[in-house]
Amino acid sequence: MRNADFARVDTIPLEAIDVSQARLFESDEHLQYFARLRAEDPVHFCEKSDFGPYWSITKFHDILAVDSNHEAFSSDGTILIGDNPEDFNTPMFIAMDPPRHDQQRRAATPAVAPGRLSDLESLIRQRVSTILDDLPRSEEFNWVERVSIELTTQMLATLFDVPFEDRHLLPYWSDVATSSDQVGNAARAPQERQRILAEETLPYFMKLWHERANAEPRFDFISLLAHNPDTRDMNKNPLEFLGNLMLLIVGGNDTTRNSISGSVYGLNRFPAEYDKLRADPGLIPNMVSEVIRWQTPLSHMRRNATRDIEFGGKTIRKGDKVVMWYVSGNRDEEVINNPDQLIIDRDRARHHVSFGFGIHRCMGNRVAEMQIRILWEEIMKRFQNIEVVKDPVRVSSNFVRGYEELMVRISE
Amino acid sequence: MVKIIFVAFNGDEKIVDASVGQSLMQAAVANDVRGIDADCGGACACATCHVYIEQDRFPDIGARAGMEASMLEFAENVKPNSRLACQIPISVELEGVRIFLPEAQH
Ligand code: HEM
Ligand code: FES
Repeated sequence: MRNADFARVDTIPLEAIDVSQARLFESDEHLQYFARLRAEDPVHFCEKSDFGPYWSITKFHDILAVDSNHEAFSSDGTILIGDNPEDFNTPMFIAMDPPRHDQQRRAATPAVAPGRLSDLESLIRQRVSTILDDLPRSEEFNWVERVSIELTTQMLATLFDVPFEDRHLLPYWSDVATSSDQVGNAARAPQERQRILAEETLPYFMKLWHERANAEPRFDFISLLAHNPDTRDMNKNPLEFLGNLMLLIVGGNDTTRNSISGSVYGLNRFPAEYDKLRADPGLIPNMVSEVIRWQTPLSHMRRNATRDIEFGGKTIRKGDKVVMWYVSGNRDEEVINNPDQLIIDRDRARHHVSFGFGIHRCMGNRVAEMQIRILWEEIMKRFQNIEVVKDPVRVSSNFVRGYEELMVRISE
Repeated sequence: MVKIIFVAFNGDEKIVDASVGQSLMQAAVANDVRGIDADCGGACACATCHVYIEQDRFPDIGARAGMEASMLEFAENVKPNSRLACQIPISVELEGVRIFLPEAQH
């Protein structure tokens, strides 16, 4: 697929390559751009973009090095390529450095700890079964809406302990939070986005906060934050409470949603892999990691250099914006054989960069893996084939890498 | 060769011949010790090679260094004898050490 508005990447002078354009992701051309950068200029400076000047880190091991050096590469402020709107600064622990990051992350983690996850497994399996049993047969429908969104929404509702009937508010607020100029998606005017978050999302959760703070501690995110000595005053800084809500909602939403959609799309793009899965459903855990690599639901994380630093033969200056392109690291042919191909029985499938590395490494990775694993275990018990019947519609964003629509038909 | 004994969470033992110069994580992965994911490949950046060291008999094994300590901040069930296996080089002094695995590498 090629979008006529874009020049072919090999005709663009290297210094003019700007991979931050959301439309490159929507049209799926970004992979060619990154392939060229990895080959010709793996640590690449782009002088002019909608987000100002920035460095691109495109190779697997360079990404690992930046991600695990939080002293030289700070997360403070934002981890998106676009800066925060000046009048709407919402601190969240993904965009903090130690020690504040450490305190807040530690407070929230028990919601997704291993013991808690095994408690949730049978609940998830039951919900997955209901969702799958209700799907239309031999008729086209949008998998994103009926399965990916529904399942991740139910999971989020559990992690926040939001009443089941309110659950659809969560993906709605998540969409509001991610449709922002900061990632090149201006689906909503900034004022409208801020109004919804400040006047709808925040009061809704403030109410839950007060209820939970006055009740026995439990394992949902709100109760955990409201009772932990390091975070129990967070409600006094409403924007910081809102920021962390957005982190926990968005973190668990688009990522898992798009991995689920990506798993169906990937098995259709590579039918021999679907055959392997039918022959041996024992491959599911390995396939889950491979799908998360191949999909790379978050394209990037951004840092700021805290000092001048030599990196990959270039000099990154103090204050420079440094963007780690996970979507490129996961296609680094020097680390991953045949990286454009989904290979569900790939060796060392867990060795990918989709969850990042270092102290900010994804907190919810096991929740995500568990949901996708259970989903496929239940799919394989029921359906012979999920056929993708149309090219998917992709999200227009340089951050969330995923699908708006994936039309499928099921045969039993 | 240095003999290392990995003890799974359920108590099962697996004896492994490790080579000097490998890391404890590499020795485990090369010998199919289950329960060590090592997602980052030994870069001290994922904490999925978390182990407990039989410390009373092997006090010289050393302490957590800077980044290792930071990563262990966020692992589950961290104890005083927790280490990241990728940060421990195999040496002859480790002959016969027991390495205990956690319930899960979160
Ligand atoms: C396939 C699904 C997922 C992917 C690909 C993903 C990806 C990521 C990435 C790339 C980071 C930043 C890592 C870094 O900067 O080094 C991150 C952080 C985070 N993720 Fe996930 N994530 C997923 C699922 C989830 C889920 C289900 C949750 C919550 C329930 C979650 C919560 C978080 C949180 C709270 C952080 C911030 C951690 C910190 O700053 O210490 N994620 N995730
Ligand atoms: S293998 Fe990743 S921290 Fe040891």
